[in-house]
Amino acid sequence: MYPKDLKYDREHEWVRLDGDIATIGISDFAQDQLGEVVYVDLPSVGDAVSTGDSFGEVESVKSVSELFSPLSGEVIEVNSALDDAPEAVNDDCYGDGWMIRVKVDNLSEVDALMDADDYEAFLAEEA
Amino acid sequence: MGGHARRTPLYEEHVALGARMVDFAGWEMPVQYSGIIEEHMAVRSTAGIFDVSHMGEFRVFGFEAKAALQHIFTNDLDRIDGLGTALYTVMCDEDGGIIDDLIVYHTGELEYLIVVNAANRETDWAWITGHLPETVEAVDESDRTALIAVQGPEALRIVGELAGGSWTPPARFAVVEAALGSIPVLLARTGYTGEDGVEVFCHESQAATVWRLLLSFPEVVPCGLGARDTLRLEMGYPLYGSDMDRETDPIVAGLGWVVPKVKTGFIGAEAIARVREVGPTRKLVGITVSEGVPRHGYPVLHGGVEVGKVASGTFSPTLGHGIATAYVPVGLAAPDTGLEIGIRRKVVPAVVTRPPFVKTTSLTAQGS
Repeated sequence: MYPKDLKYDREHEWVRLDGDIATIGISDFAQDQLGEVVYVDLPSVGDAVSTGDSFGEVESVKSVSELFSPLSGEVIEVNSALDDAPEAVNDDCYGDGWMIRVKVDNLSEVDALMDADDYEAFLAEEA
Repeated sequence: MGGHARRTPLYEEHVALGARMVDFAGWEMPVQYSGIIEEHMAVRSTAGIFDVSHMGEFRVFGFEAKAALQHIFTNDLDRIDGLGTALYTVMCDEDGGIIDDLIVYHTGELEYLIVVNAANRETDWAWITGHLPETVEAVDESDRTALIAVQGPEALRIVGELAGGSWTPPARFAVVEAALGSIPVLLARTGYTGEDGVEVFCHESQAATVWRLLLSFPEVVPCGLGARDTLRLEMGYPLYGSDMDRETDPIVAGLGWVVPKVKTGFIGAEAIARVREVGPTRKLVGITVSEGVPRHGYPVLHGGVEVGKVASGTFSPTLGHGIATAYVPVGLAAPDTGLEIGIRRKVVPAVVTRPPFVKTTSLTAQGS
């Protein structure tokens, strides 16, 4: 449920790093808590995102949640397929349900994120 | 609401089915099992069951029972003179403020069964018993009564198979005794989803058995309060606490049809007649949006100026877009009027739409 090659933050986003490009989405825990996602509101290519700041919203039938950026950088790609198929966030949160790709300003920020084991421990603590 | 949450007799069933439990009006209730949209679609296409045992049931009987309830309810009990028939109504205070909306079933000679919202159970009991003459008896049956709604195009066939043999369903808004398996129940052809089906009353000790009998049909899907809300809002059915409360009268709430113009002598009659005479200044309307999900309390705008707030709002699984109700000035209440809704950081276009939002269901298919 929590792939080992990803990093996670306390707001339940995941990060997949490839060089200085970070792909960002929400974790299995987050999608399960939300329930069936009906809208995803994402920034535009070229927007700047900052660690801990909201970069969008994800909305289910019952609730709406802010998306918080785990890293600072510039948005270089957004998953526009989610406009028509927001359910991908539930069905494949680490794959087709990805949200944005960011060119990371400062790679040392990655060190502050949790690995899969730490994230699972964090979830167990929260429960 | 302090204290610990109350549980229905089906609590263990919900937990065993992996339901997500939430607090609702002081009750620990399932909001969803597999997912709100999946459950919603099951009710629109086959059948779903809902635990609504948190609702209140009062039995009122005696020679003066009808006269007493005529005084308390706005709707006219002459419409259910026949035994085994039911009526939707509201009851109001002297100012015409809605205390609750409810269904009253004429279950026996000189006897009525009243089903009220869980959140209002204590208030309603105090109000009703406070207005009954000594000659009329009332019993609060809520704790020993379980209520399971079976809703969807397949609901009657399934209930029929459990009732067995020569069973024929009661007419719309009728209620009959039956046995499911060997369990004695009351079956009412009522519901809150817009689909055909029944609501099953039984003794709380039998609730789990009835629930499991229904779930023994593979096409029956357990549904939570989440789907109950999306289903009812697609039909434009009002919800007490969101679409109406003590501050709203039945006319402004669009419930004039449960206050017959010719009826007098009930609590709130004069106040409601005055609203009718002068005409309401606001009206509860349906609204559709093409993007985002409107939710309770979001501002409704006209030309950028706030003119009201969303009363009920959700995402319609059937239609694939947001739907809502809101109180707006009467001048903006006509269908197709263009409005806007403030959905957090965005202002999205909205259109006044006459409910029901979903026009075709298993109920409309049979022309009732």
